[in-house]
Amino acid sequence: MSEPQTYLDHAATTVMHPAALEAMVAEMQRVQGNPTGAHRIARDARRRLDDAREIIGDLTGSDPGGVIFTGGGTEADNLAITGLVGPGAPAEGKLAVCPATEHHAVLHPVQAHGGRVVGVNPDGTVDLDALAQALDAEVAVVSVMVANNESGVIQPLEPVRALMDERAPDAVLHTDAVQGAVWLDLAEAAAPADLLALSAHKFGGPMGVGALIVKHDTKLAPLLLGGGQERERRAGTQNVPGAVAMAAALAAYARDRASENARLAAERDRLADGLLAAVPNTFESGDRAKKVPGSCHLCFDGIESEALLFLLEREGIYASAASSCSSGAQEPSHVLAAMGVSRERAQGSLRLSLGRATTSTDIDRALAIIPPAVAHLREAGS
Amino acid sequence: MSGTIASAAGSGTVAVMMSGGVDSAVAAALLLEQGYAVVGVTMKLWGGESDSGCCSVSDVDDARRVADQLGIDHHVFNFGDTFDEFVVDPYVAAHGQGLTPNPCIECNRHVKFDRMLARADALGFDAIATGHHARVATMPGGGLRLARGADAAKDQSYVLYMLDQSVLRRLLLPVGEMTKDEVRSHASRLGLRIASKPDSQDVCFITAAGGGRPAFLTERMPLTPGTVVDRSGATVGSVDAVQLVTIGQRKGLNTAGQGEPVYAIDVDVPEARVTVGRKADLLTDVTSIGRLEWADQAPVAGRYGVQISAHGRVAEAEVEPGPDDTLELRWVAPHNKVAAGQSVVLYEAETVIGGGIALP
Repeated sequence: MSEPQTYLDHAATTVMHPAALEAMVAEMQRVQGNPTGAHRIARDARRRLDDAREIIGDLTGSDPGGVIFTGGGTEADNLAITGLVGPGAPAEGKLAVCPATEHHAVLHPVQAHGGRVVGVNPDGTVDLDALAQALDAEVAVVSVMVANNESGVIQPLEPVRALMDERAPDAVLHTDAVQGAVWLDLAEAAAPADLLALSAHKFGGPMGVGALIVKHDTKLAPLLLGGGQERERRAGTQNVPGAVAMAAALAAYARDRASENARLAAERDRLADGLLAAVPNTFESGDRAKKVPGSCHLCFDGIESEALLFLLEREGIYASAASSCSSGAQEPSHVLAAMGVSRERAQGSLRLSLGRATTSTDIDRALAIIPPAVAHLREAGS
Repeated sequence: MSGTIASAAGSGTVAVMMSGGVDSAVAAALLLEQGYAVVGVTMKLWGGESDSGCCSVSDVDDARRVADQLGIDHHVFNFGDTFDEFVVDPYVAAHGQGLTPNPCIECNRHVKFDRMLARADALGFDAIATGHHARVATMPGGGLRLARGADAAKDQSYVLYMLDQSVLRRLLLPVGEMTKDEVRSHASRLGLRIASKPDSQDVCFITAAGGGRPAFLTERMPLTPGTVVDRSGATVGSVDAVQLVTIGQRKGLNTAGQGEPVYAIDVDVPEARVTVGRKADLLTDVTSIGRLEWADQAPVAGRYGVQISAHGRVAEAEVEPGPDDTLELRWVAPHNKVAAGQSVVLYEAETVIGGGIALP
């Protein structure tokens, strides 16, 4: 299409980083040995896979041996929870605990295994008093995400760890770092965590590859049974091109993270402040000071997200609201509900998420197009 | 008097409601052929993430893939809250009162031709379209009326009787001119993947696999066993759930040994009592209806065709105003009693004047 395209949905997925694309294509063009094989071609593939493992381990504060490649972030989160407290797992019968704002990839396995879900503060951070109440010797894993996929709010992992040390010293801390990997140095930001989930396509890698980082040799039951790949923690031939591209993307993002974060935080502030100023009865969810730089999440009273997204798409602006269900329909946000945002207000939510490809022209366009679209819908009463 | 059927104009933007079935798919295709700018919309009304039945993921997939085949945009709108409030909850409540609700009609009234219409307006569409087998006719005075679809067996004008001028003038019903066979052949010609998909079931949010109506209602309200009595008051049988009995019902009354077949002729939910009688006891000379809605204006007193179910026979009645905004229908020939809650639709030749809800 020749009309302008303003993509502000980078938290859903983002464009591949050129370094990742190049690495992936090169890998796919090679004769692909199976990394578990014994001959030279297989050993070459194994070496490139282990190079990727080393890069990712370095950037997340883990030994390379702790990096388990998975089919994505959801699998990594499931492996962390179900692999610990699921049927036949090392801590079967014990409990998982998480805040109510976790991604469904954490929330659903926690609930499926009878775990405890705790509340959050209005600013989106986990309610530490509620968490303290939920912690005892029955708890085997606590899962608190680095940054929320809807609100962008960064969770305080240090105090979570401190509470665990006090009340559930044997429990491990898992963190879903899927949204955090773009913006934060995980070796530092996720230092208190024992387990850490990544999804490559959120930070310029390809879809269909992720990793669970196991920093302290936590014993996990595999979700998939089969070959002994990934040290018997994840059966199935590894996605070598995906893993190589994932490592290249994470390394590339790390290199200019500081400058890009500063640039995008400024653009995000311009966007959020501009919309708050231009559109009356607009509310920003959570506390912006606690958010990742690229996240702008607003609720426009008196309109419905579905209608707004439709009008924005017509103007070439691509964004999202809450998570979509499998039919593609917008579902009420469990994140906003947990933060105490009324269902009515949450109906008018809009997530504008910036990424490396975002330009100031994108923000200019969003600032020019969104206010009249909201005004139109308010006038139309739908 | 009979109206002339509006012909397709062919310009402007149209939101076509695509259920994933063949009728709405062909409706979208025809509108494209006629030159409209078409966007497909599927309403998510019911069910969880991996539901079956109405608005199932596979129905939405069907609609989306047909839109892909046609090269039009497709959107899913979640109107589940409106559906719960105006269709499902009243459906359950009506059973609790011993009424016979028609949820399809409530969905048309509150979801498709209210909430969705408002959404289409807000998004700047000139018109909305559906795959209903019905037509919009222009009457000699210029007013619009809904008219029966060309395929008498598939005619859906009954379930759309509540549409007034404000809706009719923005409504396109492209398959109303076609028979169902023609619709299916058109879909086959275009290679649409749903060309031979079976017609949808009656109440979309209740599935046989889920235990049908009894299971659905049991989850949502207390069902009470009832006694079945004859006209003299003598107990002749029993039912598991008095809320599930409809006037005219013959089966499931557990009245063995009554000789001639017996029919439910009265249902009293508070007393948990079903009265049965012979077929002749079902007949009545007059039926009162309320909650009146007219396409244009209320009919003048006189004789009209009356239909009391989606594909029911038309009977003639003399219509005159009753007390408190009700209407009295004096049947030309004795007519089976109409279960309270059912929609009663008045026709003039092939066009819908409007209708109301049968009163107890």
